[in-house]
Order: sequence, then structure tokens, then C-alpha cells
Amino acid sequence: MQEEIFISGRNIPNIDPVLQVWHFPISLYLFLGGMAAGIIFFASLFTIMRKEKDFPTTVKGAMIVAVIAISIGLMALMYDLTHMFYAWQLYTTIRLESPMSWGAWVLLIVSILSFLWVFSYSTEIFPKWDWKFDWLKKFQAYLIKNRRTMAMVMLPLAVILGIYTGILLSAFNARPLWNNPILGPLFLTSGLSTGAAAIILFSKNHFEKHLLTQIDLALIILELGLIIHLLMGMAAGSAVQIEAMQVLVNGEFTVMFFVFVVILGLIFPATLEGAELMGFKVPSVVPALLILMGGLIFRMVMVEAGQITRYLY
Amino acid sequence: MRYAMVIDTLKCVGCSDCVVACQTENNVPIGYCRDWITESVSGTYPTLELELKSERCNHCSSAPCVRCCPTGASHIVEGGIVKVTANECIGCGACIESCPYDARYQHPEGHVDKCTFCHHRLEKGQLPACVSVCPTKCMYFGDLDDPTSEVSQLLKSRKHKVLAPEAGTKPNVYYLIK
Repeated sequence: MQEEIFISGRNIPNIDPVLQVWHFPISLYLFLGGMAAGIIFFASLFTIMRKEKDFPTTVKGAMIVAVIAISIGLMALMYDLTHMFYAWQLYTTIRLESPMSWGAWVLLIVSILSFLWVFSYSTEIFPKWDWKFDWLKKFQAYLIKNRRTMAMVMLPLAVILGIYTGILLSAFNARPLWNNPILGPLFLTSGLSTGAAAIILFSKNHFEKHLLTQIDLALIILELGLIIHLLMGMAAGSAVQIEAMQVLVNGEFTVMFFVFVVILGLIFPATLEGAELMGFKVPSVVPALLILMGGLIFRMVMVEAGQITRYLY
Repeated sequence: MRYAMVIDTLKCVGCSDCVVACQTENNVPIGYCRDWITESVSGTYPTLELELKSERCNHCSSAPCVRCCPTGASHIVEGGIVKVTANECIGCGACIESCPYDARYQHPEGHVDKCTFCHHRLEKGQLPACVSVCPTKCMYFGDLDDPTSEVSQLLKSRKHKVLAPEAGTKPNVYYLIK
């Protein structure tokens, strides 16, 4: 038997008995950032392939969703800073060994580029809109001409942004549940899948919907594989990792994780999408919403569960 | 120069004097602490073993908190002391998440706070407040790069351990266990 107690009043708020430094806003950001990365990835990819005519929602409507998602995500991030009036300090330096530092820079560049992207499409989305100033119109024409170049820059940045949401967590070896190299690819896959789901939700184009449903189904199967990989890797790990994994498979977050993320967020919508592709009539809103919900709950579970795992000493 | 603290677990009685001294010396806000005492009991009755430890920031040589700080507010000063510059800290909490010892906390003013090995006292040639008040004199402080220092001599002659060495942080607070 080993028992350890604190006998001096160590009862620090947000740390004892379990760490609670990162809250819902962080989970919300990880979800919105991942989803925006997914949308930007597909929009850039289809533009580079010169297929933007076949995917009107992806390059236009969904990109507005991405810009809004990034803005809300950024506000959530700022809200969770306890010293938020010093947030500008983030942009006084670049520290490559700190994921949050380069992540903040990537996020800044991606949000500016995606905003310019939506601006370049603005007159196409709202035909009656007039930008009044000549220089704005000239700037817009310039952006439209260089859209493919923008896409080439945004494609790798979207991948980095998607991976970053996972690496942000996996960089902390003090929280064994997070400290796992698979978390980056897993969050990227989940981000791409939720991005595709968001496009399906808004798309009215049959071809676009059909192709993105196929892509989404493949991504969900990959994501399920990565989750199995995550759990098996931890089960085969050291005592610290085995203990950490218990939170997901045999503890506080088991029901949340398996019912809301794995079954309702992945397996069930994947089945619906499969049925849809086989020709059954399924309202595509249902799987899309379930995937988005599953993505958000997945982030919440990982952020909360990771913080209650720790080193045993 | 590499500052280190050596704590004799056989002499510590868990009186919490170090905790109170630190709170007073460093104006630690009420309800928070930069150091604390743990009591661990191991074994099966009747062969139980009790260990008392005064714990704090380990001023790790490979500090994850300094590595993950996005602004460079967490930094290492001469002697290997890990410190936080309050007006560079954005309060993101990454360093708190990264610390396997949970030695950092969010100060009510927003920035992150932690043990400094009483850097301001060291500059005046004094010992850290916790070390200077210990009634059983179970805490030692000094330079590990100097082979003649008291801490180096103690680590040479006594069996010792560090906390969570498997976390790979190379901590600089040592516990004498025999």
C-alpha cells in the first residue's frame, strides 16, 4: 500500500485535488480551430486542383464559416488567459520549442489569409455588394488573380494548424494521457473530418456533397483506427500510461468517450454516411451534426481527462 | 554554478515552518503556497514506513515549463534558477500543465507564480527563507558545481533520490533517504 497526503495546507485553487487550468474555452478552440483547418484544407486543395467550380460551398460559404470559427476560437483562447492584457507578448517572439508560440503565429497568418480569401469571393457571394472604394476593388481583383498562390500557402498552413491542436496537448510529458505522438495526427484527422461535415451541412450541390461524404467516411474510419492505436499504445506503455488510460476506458470519462464520441460521434454517423452512399435516403444533416457534436465532445473529454492524469511519485 | 537544495527526510518532522516562512517572505497570496509538505506512508501494517518531505519547484536543469512558455516569461537565471517575469506572462497556463510536480499556480493577479529559491535573498548572500527557518536543520542549500560545498558532500556520502526522475526533467532538489 502506498498513501500520500499533503499535511501543509497545499490546496491551491485549480491544482488540488485535480488540475483544472484549462477549461471549456480551450476545448472549444481546439474544436473550432481543427474544423476551420479542415475547411481551409479542402478549399485550398480544390482550388489548387482547379476544381473550385465543382465545389462552390467549400470555397465560398464554408470559408465564411471557417473565418467565423477562427474568430470565435481566438476569442475563446483570449478569454482563458488569466493575464489577457499581456496577450500581445505572444507576438514579440517566436519560440520553436514552444508549440503555443509557433501555433499562435500560424493561427494569425491563417486567419488573415482566410479573411482575405473570403474578401476575394465577397462580390461573388453577395452580387449586390459594392466595395465603394477603387483601391479596395483593385485589391480584390489582385487577390482573385492570385487565389491559387494563396491556396498553395494555405494548404500546408491548414495541416500545421490541424496538427497543432493535437501537439499543443501532446507536448506536455507531465500529463501522461496527452503525452502521446498519435494525438497530433488524431486531432488533424478529426479536424479534417469535422471540416468536411461542416461543408456537407451547408452544401446544396449534389456532386460536392457526395464526394465530401466519401472523404469524410474514409477519415472517420482512419480516426477510429487512430483511437484504437492510441488506446493500445497506452495499454502497452508504462505504469504511468496504463493508469492514465484508465480515465478513458474504466473511469470518469468512459461513458462520455465511448457513448458520445466513439458511438454517437463516429460509428453511428459513419454508418449513416455509408448507407447514404449506398443509395438509401438519409438526411445528410443528421450525420454532419453528429460528427460536429462528436468532435467537440472529443476535445472536451481529452482536455478534461488529460488534466486529471499525472506522474505517480 | 548550479544551485541545489538537499532535504534530509530522516530529520524532517513536517512542522510546516518552511511553508509559513515562504508565504511571509514572498508575500504569497492567502490560500496559495510555493512550497508544501507531503507525508507518504508505504508498506503493510505493522511494517509501515513514513516519509516526510518538504516539496517545491525542483528548478529542473531540463525544465519543461521554460521549454513550453510561448513568450519567454519563464526563464532560467544564473545558477539554474527557474523564474517567471510577471509582465511577460500571458497566463496561458501551459507551464502549469507541463510541470510534473505541480509547483506552479496562477497568482490572483493573473500571472503565474512559483518558488524562486528566494533569489532576492541569495543576491544578498542569505539562504532561502525556508532553509533559514527549519528548526531541525534538515534543509541544505548550496552550489553543486563546487565539490567542497555542503550539498555536494552530502550527496556524495548519503543515499538520496529526486522526485519523478522518469519525467526526464533533471530536478535539482534532492532528498536524503538513508
